[in-house]
Amino acid sequence: MEFDPVILSRIQFALNISFHILFPSITIALGWILVYFRVRYTLSRNEEWEYAYYFWVKVFALTFALGVVSGITMSFQFGTNWPGYMERVGNIAGPLLGYEVLTAFFLEASFLGIMLFGKERVSNKLHLVASLLVAIGTTLSAFWILALNSWMQTPQGYTLEDGVFVADNWLEIIFNPTFPYMFLHVVNASFLTCAFLIAGISAWRMIKCVDGPATKRVFKTGVYLAVILAPLQLVIGDFYGLNLVEQQPAKIAAIEGVWQTERGADFTVMGIPDEENKKTHFAITIPNMASWILTHDFNGEVKGLNEFKNSHPPVGIVFYSFRIMIGVGMLMIIVSAWGAWTLIKKTQPSPKLLTAFSWMTFSGWLASLAGWYVTEVGRQPYIVYGQIKTTEVVADHPGEHIAITLFAYVLIYSFLLFSYIASLRYLSSKPAGSLTLVQEYGG
Amino acid sequence: MEYALPIIFFFLMGFALFLYVILDGYDLGIGLLLPLADDGEKDLMIASIGPFWDANETWIVLGIGILLIAFPLAHGTILTALYLPVTFMLMGLILRGVAFDFRVKAGDQHKPMWNKLFFIGSLITTICQGWMIGSYITGLSPSLVNSVFSLLIAVTLPALYILLGASWLLIKTEGELFDKSIRWARYAWLPMGIALITVSIATPLVSESIASKWFTVQNFIGLVPIPFTTIAAYLAVGWLLKQNHIIKGGWEWLPMVGVIVICIMSSIGMAYSLFPYVVIDQMNIWQAAAEKNSLLIILVGVCISVPLIVVYTGFVYYIFRGKASNLSYGMDN
Repeated sequence: MEFDPVILSRIQFALNISFHILFPSITIALGWILVYFRVRYTLSRNEEWEYAYYFWVKVFALTFALGVVSGITMSFQFGTNWPGYMERVGNIAGPLLGYEVLTAFFLEASFLGIMLFGKERVSNKLHLVASLLVAIGTTLSAFWILALNSWMQTPQGYTLEDGVFVADNWLEIIFNPTFPYMFLHVVNASFLTCAFLIAGISAWRMIKCVDGPATKRVFKTGVYLAVILAPLQLVIGDFYGLNLVEQQPAKIAAIEGVWQTERGADFTVMGIPDEENKKTHFAITIPNMASWILTHDFNGEVKGLNEFKNSHPPVGIVFYSFRIMIGVGMLMIIVSAWGAWTLIKKTQPSPKLLTAFSWMTFSGWLASLAGWYVTEVGRQPYIVYGQIKTTEVVADHPGEHIAITLFAYVLIYSFLLFSYIASLRYLSSKPAGSLTLVQEYGG
Repeated sequence: MEYALPIIFFFLMGFALFLYVILDGYDLGIGLLLPLADDGEKDLMIASIGPFWDANETWIVLGIGILLIAFPLAHGTILTALYLPVTFMLMGLILRGVAFDFRVKAGDQHKPMWNKLFFIGSLITTICQGWMIGSYITGLSPSLVNSVFSLLIAVTLPALYILLGASWLLIKTEGELFDKSIRWARYAWLPMGIALITVSIATPLVSESIASKWFTVQNFIGLVPIPFTTIAAYLAVGWLLKQNHIIKGGWEWLPMVGVIVICIMSSIGMAYSLFPYVVIDQMNIWQAAAEKNSLLIILVGVCISVPLIVVYTGFVYYIFRGKASNLSYGMDN
């Protein structure tokens, strides 16, 4: 059997980064939510906020650990599988990643120790500061890595010397055209993911009658966050999309499944894109809607895939992923509106509502992954948009080696994901009171 | 500046990796010792590293980060050549890292499994790191002799980590576990000595360029303090481990100091052997270095943040000073 190292490297990297992003997409926002719980407790001295904190800090610790170990894997894989990448853009990617390690990784890793185990050893104020620094750390980390990722989408601020990228202007590199949209979109996605995570698990706990008032407080926090952020995400996404029309029209063409450039393009709600015959089968469309979404004009011109021969992404993955993301987003808006309406009316949440929320517990993961597939697969065939193709930078390992490691990763990651969800379930079945208040270290 | 910057980053990288070996070394050592302890002791041993391991592990990210940032050309060459050991080391680190959290958060019935995975992860990591160090010293060129040399380091590196782990436990525990830790340290002492001597003799044998750096008369005289200090520190650790009245008389941190001195000396020796190569005999630091402005901008970051990191790391160690007691997540109902 022949193994193609390029395909295998792609799959392995996709697997690693997909597994990794699940955890930061929780911790970025959960860090801040924990700070919020601590602040509420400090101001009100209401024990329920402490219970909320003690329950969720355990989820945070577990999630953080998974994020750290899968993140370390990423930093090595640039070199093991894509050596050409660092050789060519090292002058730009290096400092950005370096600043992430120096300003974020050590900060979060060090103060996490105090946050988790230092409750009895430091004052309440210092403990609050430690929690705050951890939250700042996770957000800084997102800042640097998204600066790099968005630069790969819309590279600027560099000059080329013999094919090697040399940094010219760091402000232009960091604040490249897609950065602000991507940063807002991703951070908001994290908060939305967390809102449904905490509301979903709390709903499940409410169904099982674990911890009355404390759980309800968390549920409320989650629902109110979701009802504000879900529509906000739609707005941010719209701005992001308009930005992409200018910056990456090929990605937009694949998202929309527009084969030929046209005015008054229809929006395909669903269908089966067929790249070979350049058409979409069984398409359900809304007339002129694509033009309106992309240009805010019913007769606006939408560039089709025909303009990007051999330089547009694979249509299928981008097309489907986008619809999954939007579909989950819409579901989030509906469910959170239903929840908020119930809470505002001060009626007891019905079992149906609670069940709906517990089904939505991991909906943020689905939407985030789908969103990242749109972004990353949509950038193909390039690794640095318009400049370097992904196939140019791959390492030429024997296919069998990558097949072995890929197989091992699949095993480990499936096992870990299963254990993670099983542990969340196990933790969720325990009252926060039994999760004693202190994680002490020494006496 | 173009001459000095790669040198600065070469030493920064060495510094980060040296700290990694000491800091994660004791974590990994404790993972390796775990099967020898009973259940209560296992909890205590893991509690003793709980607040620290995460930051400890970050030093390898910084070390590899500097390789990637400062020497992008070497980063690809080294990591591609070490594809399999690096990947398996990562898997070891993953298992070790998550076992920390899962063992106290999954149900009690799964705890023994996570303890085993903690041990296995630590073992895989250590062996792969040994193999990587061996391949790196031998210039990443596979041959039978070089493989034997790499294997030699792979099987002896656990002795160093165990000695580090046991020394850490001397600082952090008391009572029966303390006594056990003395015994564990004594067991690891001899294998580590054999490893030190064999590796020191084998290194110049497998690498001519390293041999030529050490064995000229004037160089050798200048370098003599390195092996001598190492031997003195090694013997002192062995002697200390037998002096119960000293170790139990408030000097329980001394073996750790001794082991750290050995590591410092070995690192200096290794840095001297390698310099100015980043891939031995193939690529020197100036050939592999990133462009000047990129190095400068990262140097600014390093100058500001590394002292800060050292300060708050010290602060964390200060807060968690003294003996560790059980890490209670309260799931013991």
